[in-house]
Amino acid sequence: MQSGTNKDNGGVVKTTLNAGDEPLLEVRGLTKVFGTLKACDSIDLAIGKGEIHALLGENGAGKSTLVKMLFGTLEPVAGEILWKGAPVRIASPSDARRLGIGMVFQHFSLFDALTAAENIALSLEERTPIARIAERARELSRSYGLPLDPSAHVGDLSVGERQRIEIIRCLLQHPDLIILDEPTSVLTPQEAEKLFKTLETLRDEGKSILYISHRLEEVKRLCDRATVLRHGRVVAHCDPRKETAASLARMMVGSEVHAVVRAAPPKDADHSPLLEVAGLSREPSNPFAIPLRDIHLTVHAGEVLGIAGVAGNGQGEFFEAISGEALQDKAGMVRIRGKDAGRLDISGRRLLGAAFVPEERLGHGAAPRMRLSENLLLSRFRTDAKSYLTHIGIIRESTISAATRRIVSDMDVRKSSEDPEASALSGGNLQKFIIGRELDRQPAVMVVNQPTWGVDAGAAAHIRQALIDLARAGSAVLVISQDLDELFEISDAIAVMHDGRLSAPVPVGEATYEKIGLLMGGADASTPPTAAMEAV
Amino acid sequence: MRIELVKRPQHSALFSALSPFIALALTLVAGAIMFALLGKNPVQALYLYFIDPLREVWSLHELAIKAAPLILIGVGLSVCFLSNNWNIGAEGQFIVGAIIGSILPVLFPEFQSWIVLPIMLLLGIVGGAAYGSIPALLKVRFNTNEILTSLMLVYVAQLFLDWLVRGPWRNPEGFNFPQTRSFHEFAILPELLPASGRANWGFAFAIIAAIVLWFLLSKTLKGFEIKVLGQSPRAGRFAGFSNARMVFFAFLVSGGLAGLAGISEVSGAIGHLQPSISPGYGFTAIIVAFLGRLNPLGIVAAGLVLALSYLGGEAAQISLGVSDKVARAFQGMLLFFVLASDTLIHYRIRLVGRQAAPAAEAPHGNA
Amino acid sequence: MGMLESILLTIATAATPLLIAAIGELVVERSGVLNLGVEGMMIMGAVTGFGVALTTGSPWLGVFAAILVGAVFSLLFGFLTLTLVTNQVATGLALTLLGLGISGMAGEAFVGQPGLRLARLDIPGLSDLPVVGRLLFGQDPIFYISIALTAAVAYFLFRTRAGLTLRSVGDNHTSAHALGIKVIAIRYMAVMFGGACAGLAGAYLSLVYTPQWVENMTAGRGWIALALVVFASWRPWRVLAGAYLFGGVSIGQLHAQAFGVGIPSQLLSSLPYLATVVVLVIISRNRRLTMVNTPASLGRPFVPDR
Repeated sequence: MQSGTNKDNGGVVKTTLNAGDEPLLEVRGLTKVFGTLKACDSIDLAIGKGEIHALLGENGAGKSTLVKMLFGTLEPVAGEILWKGAPVRIASPSDARRLGIGMVFQHFSLFDALTAAENIALSLEERTPIARIAERARELSRSYGLPLDPSAHVGDLSVGERQRIEIIRCLLQHPDLIILDEPTSVLTPQEAEKLFKTLETLRDEGKSILYISHRLEEVKRLCDRATVLRHGRVVAHCDPRKETAASLARMMVGSEVHAVVRAAPPKDADHSPLLEVAGLSREPSNPFAIPLRDIHLTVHAGEVLGIAGVAGNGQGEFFEAISGEALQDKAGMVRIRGKDAGRLDISGRRLLGAAFVPEERLGHGAAPRMRLSENLLLSRFRTDAKSYLTHIGIIRESTISAATRRIVSDMDVRKSSEDPEASALSGGNLQKFIIGRELDRQPAVMVVNQPTWGVDAGAAAHIRQALIDLARAGSAVLVISQDLDELFEISDAIAVMHDGRLSAPVPVGEATYEKIGLLMGGADASTPPTAAMEAV
Repeated sequence: MRIELVKRPQHSALFSALSPFIALALTLVAGAIMFALLGKNPVQALYLYFIDPLREVWSLHELAIKAAPLILIGVGLSVCFLSNNWNIGAEGQFIVGAIIGSILPVLFPEFQSWIVLPIMLLLGIVGGAAYGSIPALLKVRFNTNEILTSLMLVYVAQLFLDWLVRGPWRNPEGFNFPQTRSFHEFAILPELLPASGRANWGFAFAIIAAIVLWFLLSKTLKGFEIKVLGQSPRAGRFAGFSNARMVFFAFLVSGGLAGLAGISEVSGAIGHLQPSISPGYGFTAIIVAFLGRLNPLGIVAAGLVLALSYLGGEAAQISLGVSDKVARAFQGMLLFFVLASDTLIHYRIRLVGRQAAPAAEAPHGNA
Repeated sequence: MGMLESILLTIATAATPLLIAAIGELVVERSGVLNLGVEGMMIMGAVTGFGVALTTGSPWLGVFAAILVGAVFSLLFGFLTLTLVTNQVATGLALTLLGLGISGMAGEAFVGQPGLRLARLDIPGLSDLPVVGRLLFGQDPIFYISIALTAAVAYFLFRTRAGLTLRSVGDNHTSAHALGIKVIAIRYMAVMFGGACAGLAGAYLSLVYTPQWVENMTAGRGWIALALVVFASWRPWRVLAGAYLFGGVSIGQLHAQAFGVGIPSQLLSSLPYLATVVVLVIISRNRRLTMVNTPASLGRPFVPDR
């Protein structure tokens, strides 16, 4: 049944579909090309009835491109799709929905200005009145334990609630196959566990699920079979339960990923506080922003402090406040290297020795249509004014070019031309450049929001190691991340941000996924876990 | 057939340079068709428009007179548009610059000294900048859309000028003509080369302004700031630049240059104030700025091209009997083609044949 | 006819073109497109309406031709911004400049010609009622069309599935595309609707308001219509209220001029423009409210990945 004779000789090829079982969906030689990049290179895949099938691969492996072709938003250049044994052409999402394919998007496809019910109505083919749709959504949400208020405006909802709308919307279409793209990236471990239960219920009802992830543990926990992609090609079909996380990682990455080395800080090292936040509160600056409430934290020299939290709990607002993109009411709310910085703008804080890397690479950390050398000037024209500018403000191009070359080689940034525009780089390479741009200054305080979001494994390891090395060399490093694995890998202590509040830091030795997960869900450390679950 | 855009990994340097020429060529083709439809010989008409005015030295002077305000305003607008501030009220700033700059010769005609002209120019700049600062203030302070406010202020300025020259500033010895007294000799902007034609120092101001702004935009941190804030405001804030200050900077620079253009026009080319002192220079300069790809040196060239269309319009009216309004239609088309050609800088354009049969029509298509 | 009655009547004639143009632009902006070319489309409608009515002798033909030309002219804008993804602000300006240029050229022959006026629609019996009779039942037909249009657009946007789809495109075109909604097709239709409305509004000016052709006779009304959409927070009935408010201001200043209140006419004439500025300031100073009301995709370029 599994048509794919494996094209790669490195992977393990197994077919667990029993002969005679007709797959629900079969894909043969599916190919998609963007410009010169083969995003998907003759993909073969078969999904049986009533199975949870994992699609594994790291960022940029072609997972999203593949599912977009299955859902009709992208058109393949070659290959065929068979649905219940018959070849089909899926030209649009409504074609996909009509066949019985439903999709839960990673970066949701919701409309903030509309209500939950209106959002659901938009993807239903029939012309049912909104009130009736709301009623059905309410019933369905009750039966699957996914609480939902159909009249709420999506803009006011948390990411977890948004995902529920996506799932309910998908289920209301009575799909035979449900595609979920990285669904747990916005959930706490406990919420993820609830989602898995729902998915298992759906499987037991005979529905098939294509589950896209790069998180190996949850794939092992949940999925019956897995297809592994690398550089747009299928490298393996396997049973994830019979694999180890390490063997799956090898298939995904293609080589051993160097584990990050977190050496113990030297005994005699200086531990003076370099970044202190005291009583930081902030009113929301726009209707969708989260207010910050009385945040306290201290990062010492030599230390990496991680801040965990589900997206949209105030991390962005916190970063803006620390970086000085938004000023504080009192100068003492933020102190950098012992000096009050709350009333200093971002340049003033940089001059005190701080460096910042925001979450959004294109459009925040870098100007997309500017060259790398210009993007170097972007964050360093004040701190390096003496070498980059003349005293009347003329830009010294040659000095900046030399510094750009130095950063590119230090961070191993791969690029296609001498000084390309930022948008021409891949996510991982641009992130390496942006991190390298700040590291190059040897900052005393480094604040990073989502250091490896959307970055391939090799670049991610490089970046994480660089952050640890910076701390061990005597700087204070604050890492905000939604990736718990990452925080456990690099942090000395982890604090959790929920609804604009920050918990006390938990030393990494005492932290467990469960403990941090509960805090992410809004539990007070003192509240019993059951009560905390209700609060989610 | 369907047109698809394919994003280029980076902008194309080739098409950055070519796009204004593609746009000009397309405009000429469209213009030829238009003349043919009007029953005129297209070749002769285009010749009259774009070649004939270049054959005589006096006519080159006229070209410089028309180009000066277009370039002055256009380079100022480039600062605005690059920093994503949509000042479309340069016409109003031009008028107010002319009015404020004319205070001395109109209200104090007996004050005659060499210092009058420099003061007039300065007041013109101040007047234009002050008028430009109104939409800037409203944008920064009240979040008000600058496109609409700057434009509304054009109508206000035009009506104000109309009132002045028909009312309090009307020439007492002027037989009720709606104009101010003629400027005295110390209030007249001198001609550059009096021997060969009328072109005045306004053109020199335009070239100087273009060179200064070119240097500012391409070599200095200020220019970098302008471009960063225009392209990605959030990255600009991350860099530590202030968007509010940039709004003021852009409007003050462009308003000031429009004001300078205004006072240069009345003290150089006209010699008094009257109800209408501009054939829409402030709006045509928007076209000039885009045709020059928002590069001050390109804007010099673009200003000359658009000035040519004004002159050609006058010539064609005399020789062909077509309206001088044709020139305005030409200018409008040119901006359209410029914007369309600029797409080639960031995208490759692909023509795709229609799919044999669309699998199923989505019900959402019928809005 | 009483003084008050005649003032109210003229307010309606001043408000109607603003209302029609603004309702059209409201639909365009609700779909996420900012078309600053209203002034240009309107003046094209005005010159077409006048010219066709004059040459055929039928004002209604003029009206239909103006609607058609407005819609076709807006396609130029649609092609550039939707297919070629040009900057919407700059392209809208280009449309205005082009419209002013072409109309000036095309209308040269009509300058000074006496125009045709669209006949009033008297509803027998009712239009003879005191005060409200003429006002409600003896207006020109386009007055009734403008009210019906407002109601229809309000119903369409908030009570129909197609209206919901249009709003979704204006809120988030990426999500809409991911769900399979035809973003670009919907926007083309919205842009053309806006063009048709602007064309009709222009025809109203040259066939009802002042039945003649004068170059630049729209005199900034297209821009005021744009401001009205912002003023109305993208809601149809508020557009109507705003249009009548502005109609009131412009008629008020005309009457003040007629009575010779001692204020120069030019300064009175600038009142509608100054009022626009003031109203914009008042409505946009609340940043939060503006942010909530503005269609989130407004003016943003959209290139679908394929």
